[in-house]
Amino acid sequence: MSTTTIKAKFEDRITGLGEAVLSIGPGFKGFVTDFADAFLFLVLIGRETFSRHFEFREFLNQCFQIGYRSLPLVSITGAIMGLVLTIQSRPVLVDFGAETMLPGMVAVSLIREMGPVITALICAGKIGSGMGAELGSMRVTEQIDAMEVSSTNPVRFLVVTRVLAAILMIPLLTVYADALGIVGSWAGANIKGEVGFTLFMAQAFKPVDFMDLMPAILKTFFFGAVIGIVGCYKGYHAGRGTESVGKAANSAVVLASLLVIIIDMIAVQITDMLSS
Amino acid sequence: MSEETTTAATSTPDTKAKNGPVMLIKDLSKAFGELKVLSGFSAELMQGENLVVLGKSGSGKSVLIKCIVGLLSYDSGSITVMGDEVSALNRKELNVMRQKVGFLFQSGALYDSMTVRENLMFPLTRIRKDLCADEMEAKIKEVLENVGLADAIDKMPSELSGGMRKRISLARTIVVDPDIMLYDEPTTGLDPVTSDEISSLILDVQKKYRTSSIIITHDIKCARKVADRILMINDGKVHLMGTPKEFEESDDELVASFFN
Repeated sequence: MSTTTIKAKFEDRITGLGEAVLSIGPGFKGFVTDFADAFLFLVLIGRETFSRHFEFREFLNQCFQIGYRSLPLVSITGAIMGLVLTIQSRPVLVDFGAETMLPGMVAVSLIREMGPVITALICAGKIGSGMGAELGSMRVTEQIDAMEVSSTNPVRFLVVTRVLAAILMIPLLTVYADALGIVGSWAGANIKGEVGFTLFMAQAFKPVDFMDLMPAILKTFFFGAVIGIVGCYKGYHAGRGTESVGKAANSAVVLASLLVIIIDMIAVQITDMLSS
Repeated sequence: MSEETTTAATSTPDTKAKNGPVMLIKDLSKAFGELKVLSGFSAELMQGENLVVLGKSGSGKSVLIKCIVGLLSYDSGSITVMGDEVSALNRKELNVMRQKVGFLFQSGALYDSMTVRENLMFPLTRIRKDLCADEMEAKIKEVLENVGLADAIDKMPSELSGGMRKRISLARTIVVDPDIMLYDEPTTGLDPVTSDEISSLILDVQKKYRTSSIIITHDIKCARKVADRILMINDGKVHLMGTPKEFEESDDELVASFFN
């Protein structure tokens, strides 16, 4: 077979592949464009994070908005989580005569899995949608453009501060939710019995070791990053109409929640590999 | 003091003293996909003049001023703002150029989460780093008095009417002493009385701050009041340019449809 024939066949294959890709339609093109946009956005965040002109005051403001303003929601969720887990588990443990293991079981469940994931999902709903809607409305009402013509980098001012605040605050909120969850569990244990607070706490933390604590805390930094980045990305890239604000908020919650679950699955696999 | 601030602070008095064009636009073209919005557009803005740009909706007026401040990139041609070719500027240089150009957005674009004081302080702390806190406060009070809204200093944008938002937005733009003002439909959505007040403010700003301005508008009453020259844009090109009197007397069909 001559070189020209091989070349022609190769060109045919490439053309065929290109046509096949194009025939998948605008949906695929949109996916590729979105993926490229998201990648560029990440690069931009990375570059601006290490800029000399860090917006420290806005960062503190966002820590307050994300952290302090989420406390009531996280408090209620955390306490109920521990309470419900205790009430649901208690009858089974009583049947097996293992009631004394209740505090430790609840603490390990909360610290390893339920605390981080439920707190992250709650925050994806509250913080992710808030960021999507706020930045989306700022885009629609030209506030982001106004910031840009005021010689201010909007990514540095709006995005970097929010993403870093989320990375810092989500782990703190998780620890807080875990603590309230264990207190809620003690309250749950006292509904049908009588357990002293000190004894309950001693039993709760007895089975908790380093490999329960560290991976659980580490993954919450990734949860925070995902919630911040997705919320800001969706809001920053909102369309021009008011309808796009709702869409940005909605898609921020959906995507951030999905990514939290996926990251959790990866984190669990890695932890399992490391501990075995 | 940063390099950016030094350039802005030193350039302001020099550039304002010069005569001649402060902005040159040559053969500007801009398309969004297949849609050509600007096609070979050329114009110049002279020192101290108010140039009103008229045209049908979608004729590329807003795109033009967004290209001037680098919010949109253009496909070909050139825009020279006070000696700087916009497309050749890197981000840092673009920011220095933007310090000389004030942009009044159609919607006002006030930051919803900030009070009026914070809205005005925002550009001031970033552009006029040569001023101390007291000087900045005095500057904010001065511009708010100039737009007649000194009492609104601690209000949130949501507490202001449409006309007040436009005035505060104008105050935020002039607080950094720009050399060139770009007004994007400053009277749209306002009642005739408030529109007339905004037109008067545009003239006050021109006199008091010695600015050169491009005013995008559909409001013929505003155009008649503030224009030194009028430019009509059609099909992405300059359709007609002249004084308000020349436009009033023009037999051109498109011009007549606006002025009659």
